[in-house]
Amino acid sequence: MAQTFLDSNELVLNMGPQHPSTHGVLRVILKLDGEKVTGTECVIGYLHRGVEKIAENRTYQMFAPYVDRMDYIAAVSNGLGYVLAVERLIGVEAPPRAQAARVILTELNRIASHLFWLGTHALDIGAITPLFYTLREREEVLKIFENYCGARLTTHAFRIGGLQYELYEGFEAEVTSFCDWFIPKIDEYEELLTNNRIWKERLVGVGILNATDCRRYGVTGPVLRAAGVKWDLRKAQPYSGYDQYDFEIPVGTNADTYDRYLVRMEEMRQSLRIIRQAVAAIPAGPIMAKVPKVLKPPVGEVYVSIEAPKGELGYFIVSDGTLNPYRVRVRPPSLINLQALDQMVKGALVADVVAIIGTLDIVLGEIDR
Amino acid sequence: MYVGQKVLVVEASAVREILETLLLEWEFDFLVDLTAVDYPARPARFELIYILYSFARNERLRVKCSIALGDRPCTATGIFPTANWLEREVFDMFGIEFSGHPDLRRLLLPEDWEGFPLRRDGSILAMDNRWVRENLGIESGQ
Repeated sequence: MAQTFLDSNELVLNMGPQHPSTHGVLRVILKLDGEKVTGTECVIGYLHRGVEKIAENRTYQMFAPYVDRMDYIAAVSNGLGYVLAVERLIGVEAPPRAQAARVILTELNRIASHLFWLGTHALDIGAITPLFYTLREREEVLKIFENYCGARLTTHAFRIGGLQYELYEGFEAEVTSFCDWFIPKIDEYEELLTNNRIWKERLVGVGILNATDCRRYGVTGPVLRAAGVKWDLRKAQPYSGYDQYDFEIPVGTNADTYDRYLVRMEEMRQSLRIIRQAVAAIPAGPIMAKVPKVLKPPVGEVYVSIEAPKGELGYFIVSDGTLNPYRVRVRPPSLINLQALDQMVKGALVADVVAIIGTLDIVLGEIDR
Repeated sequence: MYVGQKVLVVEASAVREILETLLLEWEFDFLVDLTAVDYPARPARFELIYILYSFARNERLRVKCSIALGDRPCTATGIFPTANWLEREVFDMFGIEFSGHPDLRRLLLPEDWEGFPLRRDGSILAMDNRWVRENLGIESGQ
C-alpha cells in the first residue's frame, strides 16, 4: 500500500506539441515528482512528410530542393551533404571554384543557424533582447543568400557537380564587409550573456552529457564537442576542400549547457576565419563539372556525411542504375541528438527541461523529415 | 569496398555478436545510423544496414545483413542505446520487428496507422485511407 501511496505523487505533464520552447511540434511527456523530472518520452512525427519516400520517385536532380526543407534553418548544409553524396556515387568532383563558394555559403549558413539558435535559446531562458540582435545579424546572411540565388531560406544553392550560378559581382566585397561588421556583434552577445549572472545560473551544470554517454547515444556536433571531444568532420574527414583552411575546433570541459553555449559562440568566430580565408582566395575557373543531364549513377551505394551546424548529417544513397535513387536515407543529427534528452533531463527541474531542449538545437523539420 | 567505403556482409544471426566484437576489439564505438533497404524480388527481401564509426581510428564501416519477411533480427539496443529510436523507425517504415527491443512502437507515423510506407511494393500514393478518414475527416489525403 505504501508503494502505491508514493506512486500517486507522480504527475504526468504534457509539454507541447504547441509549446513555444519546443521549437516546432515536439511533444514531450514529462513524469514529475514535484518539480523534479523522473522520466520523459518524446512524441515526434507531427511534421513527417516522407522525404525518403519522395526521393524514390524523383530523379537525383529533382530531389535536391527537397532536402532544404528538412533542416530549414541550415538549408545550405543539407544541400551540400546531398550533392556531395551523389557526386561520390557518380565519381565526380566539383571544380575548385565551386568548392570554395560552397565552403563560404555553408559557413555563412552555420553562422545563421547558430544565431537563430542563440536568439531562441536565450528567449526560452528569459532573455528577450538577444533575439532581436541575432535575427538582425542573421538577416544580413540571408541577404547574401538572396543576392546569390534568389532564395533566403530554402536556397537550393548547389547543384550536383558544382554550382548553378556564377558568383555575382561584388560577392567577395559583400562577404568580407559582413565578416568585419559581424565580429564585434559576437562580442556584443557575449557581453550580454557570458558573464550574466542569471544566464549562468540557468545554464552552468544543467543537462550534463559526458563524452561516454555522447558516444553511446551517438550524439554529435557542438554537444559532443562541449563534452571535450575534439571531433569535427571538417577536420576528421575533410570534404569540399576544408583541409586547405586553418581553423580550430572549440571544445568544452564541463559538458553542460553553458559549455555548449561557449562552443557555439567560438564556432561562429572560427566560421568567420574560414570564410575570410576562402574569400581571399577564390580560384578562377569553371563552376560546374561535367555531369550528364540524364543522370544514371552506376549500381552501388554510398554513405557521405558532413558536419552540419547540428552535428553529423549523413546521406545513404542506394542506386540501382536507373534515373531515380533506389533508396535515400538521411541521418538527421537532430533526431539522434534528441534521443539523449531523457538521459539529460533525469533529475533536473521542469524549468531546466526548456534550457536542455534549447541547448540540443533541434529542428523538427529534420527530426520528422 | 565500393568507392573507397568498407562494407562487411554478414549472416543475420551473427549481427549482434559481430557488432559486439567490433565495439570491444576494433573500437567501433559509434553507431552512426541503422537503416534498411527493401528488395521485394529477393527471397530475403530486406537488407539491414548498420553504419559504424570508430573515433580512435577515424574509420567507417558498414555492416549489412539480409533478412526475410517475418524474420525477427536481434536488437542492437543492448550494445548501442542509439539503436532504440533507429530500430523503431525501421519498424515504422518497413515493418521489421526486432526481438528483444525494449519499446518497439512506431516512431514517426501515428500508432494505429496501417502499412509500411518505405517498402518498395507500395506506390507513393498508397496510404491508410481508413486512418485519414477517421482522424482527419476527409476522404483522401491526395
